[in-house]
Amino acid sequence: MGARDQHGTGAPWGDEFRAVGKSLRKIEGLSKATGEAVYADDIMLPGMLHAKLLRSPHAHARIVSIDTSKALALEGVHAIITGADLPICYGVIPWTKDENALAVDKVRFIGDEVAAVAAIDEDTANAAVRLIEVEYEVLHSYFDPNESLVRHEPAIHPGNKHGNISKRVELEFGDLESAFASADVVMEEDFVFHGSTHAAIEPHCAVARASADGLVTLWSSTQITHYVQREVSRVLGLPQSRLRVIQPTLGGAFGGKSDPFSLEFVVAKLALITGRPVKMLWTREEVFYAHRGRHPMQMRYKTGIKKDGHLTGVEATITIDGGSYSSFGLVTTYYSGQLLTGPYDFPNYRFDSTRVFTNKPPCGPKRGHGSVQPRFAFEIQLDELSEAIGMDPIEVRRVNDIGENTKTVNGQRVTSNGFGRCLDEVERASEWKTRRGKLPLGTGLGVAGSMYISGTNYPIYPNDMPQAGIQLKVDRSGLVTAFTGGNDIGQGSSSVVRTILCEELGLDPLDVRVVAADTDLCPVDLGAYSSRVTFMVGNATIDACRKLRKQIVEAVAAKWEVDAKRVYLGSGEVFDTEQRETKITTREAFEIAEAFHDTLGSTGAYNTPTLGGDYRGGSIGASPAYSFTAHVVEVDVDVETGMIDLKNVWVAHDCGRALNPMLVAGQMEGSAYMGIVEAVFEDHKVNRFGLHSGPSLLDYPLATALDTPELHALIVESIDPEGPYGAKEAGEGPLHPALPALSNAIYDAVGIRLRELPFTPGRVLTALRAKAALDKETKGASC
Amino acid sequence: MTDRTNQPPSPSSLSRRAFLKGGVVASLTGAAVAGPNGTESVSVTRESAIATSLKGKVAVTLEINGAARDVSVEPRTTLLGALRDHLEPALTGTKLVCDGGNCGACTVLIDGAPVASCMTLALDAVGHNIRTIEGLGKPDDLSVVQEAFCAEDGLMCGFCTPGFVMAITAELESNPRATLDELKNSCAGNLCRCGTYPQIFDAAVRAARGASK
Repeated sequence: MGARDQHGTGAPWGDEFRAVGKSLRKIEGLSKATGEAVYADDIMLPGMLHAKLLRSPHAHARIVSIDTSKALALEGVHAIITGADLPICYGVIPWTKDENALAVDKVRFIGDEVAAVAAIDEDTANAAVRLIEVEYEVLHSYFDPNESLVRHEPAIHPGNKHGNISKRVELEFGDLESAFASADVVMEEDFVFHGSTHAAIEPHCAVARASADGLVTLWSSTQITHYVQREVSRVLGLPQSRLRVIQPTLGGAFGGKSDPFSLEFVVAKLALITGRPVKMLWTREEVFYAHRGRHPMQMRYKTGIKKDGHLTGVEATITIDGGSYSSFGLVTTYYSGQLLTGPYDFPNYRFDSTRVFTNKPPCGPKRGHGSVQPRFAFEIQLDELSEAIGMDPIEVRRVNDIGENTKTVNGQRVTSNGFGRCLDEVERASEWKTRRGKLPLGTGLGVAGSMYISGTNYPIYPNDMPQAGIQLKVDRSGLVTAFTGGNDIGQGSSSVVRTILCEELGLDPLDVRVVAADTDLCPVDLGAYSSRVTFMVGNATIDACRKLRKQIVEAVAAKWEVDAKRVYLGSGEVFDTEQRETKITTREAFEIAEAFHDTLGSTGAYNTPTLGGDYRGGSIGASPAYSFTAHVVEVDVDVETGMIDLKNVWVAHDCGRALNPMLVAGQMEGSAYMGIVEAVFEDHKVNRFGLHSGPSLLDYPLATALDTPELHALIVESIDPEGPYGAKEAGEGPLHPALPALSNAIYDAVGIRLRELPFTPGRVLTALRAKAALDKETKGASC
Repeated sequence: MTDRTNQPPSPSSLSRRAFLKGGVVASLTGAAVAGPNGTESVSVTRESAIATSLKGKVAVTLEINGAARDVSVEPRTTLLGALRDHLEPALTGTKLVCDGGNCGACTVLIDGAPVASCMTLALDAVGHNIRTIEGLGKPDDLSVVQEAFCAEDGLMCGFCTPGFVMAITAELESNPRATLDELKNSCAGNLCRCGTYPQIFDAAVRAARGASK
């Protein structure tokens, strides 16, 4: 129970939040602005060796033999390992462990890891890599997912019982036949989502050290320390307790550092073999090939609508190009269907999603995992349906708003919902009513909406333990230290923990320290993915704070010989509510409590309630709270060149409560940026030989400051009943509507429907010409 | 796969003259260069630089953040490599991201001008005033740009931050009344993948107000 709960919000000394809702600076801002923050590649240990990987030049081949003798003979080389040294398969999903740290028998994409060298420096390691001789038997390669759907020999994963099908999910809710029969308009169209990658600015890096007593410490640029600890210890045959995984400051991830990666296994193994610390830093090219980015999807959507705007049913058939390994693919396949069932209420739904293997860099989770692609397709189709029934696209979205405290067609519980207000906000801010459809040729506005999870109750590996755990240490110094397994990847999760500590215990921000993502020091937390951290770690923090607060209040009450209810703790000082002059500092209260209870501390945890539909997979995508977003995009299209000029994106996002509005706005803008530039600039293209078309930050174009549109963050608060102070996620949801809203804006600007990504000038021009030809034909016919 | 650094050419194929062409040599004029064993110290003039063939590592002195720093580098070593991997103690605030001048994360100032340190040879920087993020300010004494980045939350993961801070610092030092467009242009070569551009520009504008006071 916090101070507000204990004494009531009407109390004259505390009817406002102290820290919650305030734009406190990031906890690590100073260290980042001064260059003092230590990232993985900044770690330098005495005697450290450098490791490099030999990667496959073939997209699909059997390894006949590997000869490392010449490489081993090179001066300065300390060890070389191959798949035979790390034969145990790994994979983040327990049922699809189909990866090896180094290839065993087969390689499955150009860039697949084959062998690793540890040497005195990178140059020597690179030279040794070139001396390793590998004989391959080249196999037929799959680059077209449609081929993988029907051809299963040779199988990319011979042990897989469904040939080259990685995962298929088919779920039906309601009655589609009558849904379409009762509709006034039914549309069925194809959509194509290209691949894109995270391109986090920090390349992947890992450093390992093995001590003489057999303890291994692994520093890695991972966003999920816990899963790295689980998988690396298993593959190395170490008890989890002998492996300490630490995430140093992390230079961006966006989902691209969720999987365990070969470098983590390899440096740990090489450190054990050589007895010396080993570092591996990937080049930018290696990062592109490691990928785990957004899955390309081919999608067919069929949707029915009534003239009054109500949707009657949705049917989706999706082919997902998974690349060469499973990664999070099982979840991706479910998410491609399960997460579409809001923010709109439709009574009938069916989806059939199939993920296939191809010989390309493996796909995985990228910001908005699995649901950005379906959202792209559906929101464009919704725009077309609006036009077909002659209703404003925002109005259609309002009519179908699923509302709060309800259930989706696939059985997901929706509690707080601010979607309606998100629509109001973007409509107002973009001056939609006076501008949309009335702008000069070439300029247009488009809208789209979305819903996303705040964590999921499906914890990757089934268990009954908490999803989030935190530990607090407090002593007579006045300092409170929080130990959290939650990975701060730049999104500000440690800052959120600090805000909650300040709020609950009345602390000055400078009296809070947050130690994060060190498996030896911090309780288990499932890490930074699925937009779970604010919701789950936040709730765990409140839990820990309230237990600690109780101890302190109890001790002070005993000292003052008053009832505990009279002791107020929460505004930087502790006082007797009935005798206000009896007051001490928080630090003095800690001293009293330490004397009364002995050493102080507390733990806190969070686990989700039982959620989800009562069917196989019903818990995947079931979240304790959903966030809602609406975008309006303003675009200029040059009809001569096909160039798209992004002008404005208005992003309204229901984050429950903004615990720190500055950080929430940053997440909203960052999401909108990532989504919209993905539509225009990026293309993670693999050519017919399996080569990436441009694995550099120049050839894989990213938007610079000059290309990025004006981003307007409009925070909507719905105060979730279960979120910490009512908070929900803000890091992934606000990405979703950017791409379809852009397509819809382009339609408003120049009358072409772009259903295939990316929106290159060539694609725009082709569509414009096709439209001109059609217009001419129609005009001619009417004459 | 392409390696980050190529193998050094064999000693016989590498001459200083072949490696350091044109204006590069001029920048070395007057720099103290020690031989491979550190025993043979020569004063390099334009003529002697052209005439001398050095191999392996050479000891040079770089002027970094106002201090003379001795470092031993090969002619092919980039300034970024020298800062991160060869200086003792290392200056790791400058980040390696693309190793190809694509992203601006490794931006440092040479005689006040922003340059990509991954595209600059360490030897080219001899005799010049080099400034890195560590030279701007410390947590208790931040530069106006660093302070603005903290106040406006112009950073998320922070990996691109030193590059942005240096680029904006260079702009404001030469143009204290820089407009928003000028500030945007000054870091058009810097990539931020967290997409926090709006807050970076809030920070730049805040710094410009501070700088022009």
